[in-house]
Amino acid sequence: MTGNNIQLDKSGNLKHFLSIEGLDQPLLQTILDHAESFATVGERPVKKVPLLRGKTIANLFFEPSTRTRTTFELAAKRLSADILNLNISTMATSKGEILSDTLHTLEAMHCDMFVVRHANSGAAHYIASQVAQHISVINAGDGRHEHPTQAMLDMFTIRQHKKDFKKLSVAIVGDVLHSRVARSNIHALNVLGANQVRIIGPHTLIPKDIEKLGVHVYHEMDKGLENVDVVIMLRLQRERMKGALLPTENEYFQRYGLTNERLENAKSDVIVMHPGPINRGVEIDSDVADGEHSVILQQVSHGIAIRMAIMSMVMGGTSESGGIKN
Amino acid sequence: MRICIKNGTVFSPSNNINDKRDVYIDKGKIISLKKKPNGFKSDLDINAKDKIILPGLVDICGRLGEIGSEKNIAIKNELKAANRSGITSICVPPDIQPTIDTPAIVEFINRRASESNRANIFPLGALTQELNGKELTEMFLLKAAGCIGVSNGDVAIENTEVLRRAFEYAKSCDLTVFIFAEDSKIKNNGVAHEGAISTRLGLPAIPETAETIAISRALLLIEQTDVRAHFCRLSSGRGVELIREAKKNGLKVTADVSICNLHLTDIDIADYNSNCHLQPPLRDDSDRKRLIEGLIDDTISAVCSNHQPHDENAKSAPFSLTQAGASTVEHLLPLILHVSMHGAGFTFEEAILSVTSKPAKILGIKKGMLEENSDADLCIFDPNKNIDIDKNNLLSAGKNTPFNGWNLTGSVTHTILDGKLIFNSD
Repeated sequence: MTGNNIQLDKSGNLKHFLSIEGLDQPLLQTILDHAESFATVGERPVKKVPLLRGKTIANLFFEPSTRTRTTFELAAKRLSADILNLNISTMATSKGEILSDTLHTLEAMHCDMFVVRHANSGAAHYIASQVAQHISVINAGDGRHEHPTQAMLDMFTIRQHKKDFKKLSVAIVGDVLHSRVARSNIHALNVLGANQVRIIGPHTLIPKDIEKLGVHVYHEMDKGLENVDVVIMLRLQRERMKGALLPTENEYFQRYGLTNERLENAKSDVIVMHPGPINRGVEIDSDVADGEHSVILQQVSHGIAIRMAIMSMVMGGTSESGGIKN
Repeated sequence: MRICIKNGTVFSPSNNINDKRDVYIDKGKIISLKKKPNGFKSDLDINAKDKIILPGLVDICGRLGEIGSEKNIAIKNELKAANRSGITSICVPPDIQPTIDTPAIVEFINRRASESNRANIFPLGALTQELNGKELTEMFLLKAAGCIGVSNGDVAIENTEVLRRAFEYAKSCDLTVFIFAEDSKIKNNGVAHEGAISTRLGLPAIPETAETIAISRALLLIEQTDVRAHFCRLSSGRGVELIREAKKNGLKVTADVSICNLHLTDIDIADYNSNCHLQPPLRDDSDRKRLIEGLIDDTISAVCSNHQPHDENAKSAPFSLTQAGASTVEHLLPLILHVSMHGAGFTFEEAILSVTSKPAKILGIKKGMLEENSDADLCIFDPNKNIDIDKNNLLSAGKNTPFNGWNLTGSVTHTILDGKLIFNSD
């Protein structure tokens, strides 16, 4: 299975964080537990813990991102690490030799960790296979493959609201074909033992044989939302309308846009999530995004705690610090 | 040079030779497969005890690095690698550097080949200029310069009108068209078979219909134009069915398959192994089995190496950004025999035919068979010598083999081209 060996060191500790696939339930629970202890750091007068003091982290973003990069940066700073932000256009590194040259240059600057976002699936695995022994790699999104820190912050958010994963039915709605968030969430929910994972979308946005990842596929919104505890909406890129995948935003919203009316199909205490940024009126109605069921802003703040937990774990920094003093 | 090969078993299934014979070679020809000719005095005796003497292999598709480039992977090196597998004839598709689309380039390639003196090279000429899918090449002149067929290589001709005219014109030149069937629009930017694996890995996918639609379109035009056609490197079970049906209906079509697609499936790319980034893509296990069934019932006649050497940089990147292709020429013979040992119903004899006389027949060349007065292109094979494939020991400049670490039974010990010993591992 992907990354099964490469992510863990010989003692089974987290070395790289590349994909949810290949990680087991105790490890995911540990990440969530650690994040719990970091969640309040941001509320202190001094928003820092010294866990990664003296460590240098490089944010390698081969694809533009504001939100994810910023939360990684904040997480690193709260752990007292030094952080380098590098926006490298994919154009300049479309040849492997240049990419590996970039990596070796950064190694020579004595970086300890690379946080990588890249437009191509498998990029984080590739980089992890190339870097020197002492460097850890965290995947901040690779192509359509995985976005594992997003999935963990989603799991963290779900756990805060719903106690037991085993009782949950979760619907993931939208452009699953192009979504790394969907793939990571499908794996995470299955590893954590969710009762049922559903995906909802038109045939053009559901990749072939997705059932084999352990999901139930629905093409009708109302049916797919029936009695679910959690709805995870996916962002719909506007460029999807340019090809033959979808006709118009309007039609998409009519069929798959999340409205309060549609949400009636779900359980009364359903929570609504979205990885952001939101396209209001395309995949989700403003009334829902800002409504009582929405936990979208909580997701953002949980993102920092989750990334602190993962960064400290791959650096071996939480072996004894599981309970940081609050 | 006079060579005598003694004590071996000669196996040339297309003309029913399968027994212990001595082989006498002089002036580039096999002069006797029976008795020692009067007055024959050999310069070299080879003892082939417990070994099998086979016709030199005919590889119906192999790319030999950048033939036109000095600094890149040299042709001679790749041919040396081919000789290690007993290959003495190799058909080169037109989509190499430089594109084989003018008589001058054909002559240049032929000169390079004869300088190397390591294999007979049979180039395919381009169907369209610069493979642009728009204007026809000078097919008649390409044929006169030595092209044995025409093809647009791996580059699809999108315009169906152009494809029709290209077929018609090839027919008028009495040339076989070699078709790599792939619809570029459906393929889009795909890099892996559309299925559970590409979905899990998030890799842009190539559906089976990329192949089957292109085959269907070509078959209808073959029917209309009556051109002689060969389908290159089938990858899908459904594609095999379409060819089987067409043959049943009397169309003059043949097909081949790449050795990789007989052994590997999309599961093999599951850790983003870029050495399994191939063209055509590795499909699923049902496809693999149906390709072997196609070989057994002769829907697919030939097996090619589809050799594509790459330097390390071309394979060192996130999967989608790596170059497609595998370095395979060195192990074509043991790999096809491996299929016969493990694939139900595919015999040793059929395996040998698929890399000797059958591809020779498709190419219209007098190769792939051992008989008196035939060209002395042959190899000696030790069925008991095992080989461990180690990418670092490949002769090819491309170390991109997906079979690294495999252990195979049987190995070529000698290769003779035009009556000269060009490879000897003993």
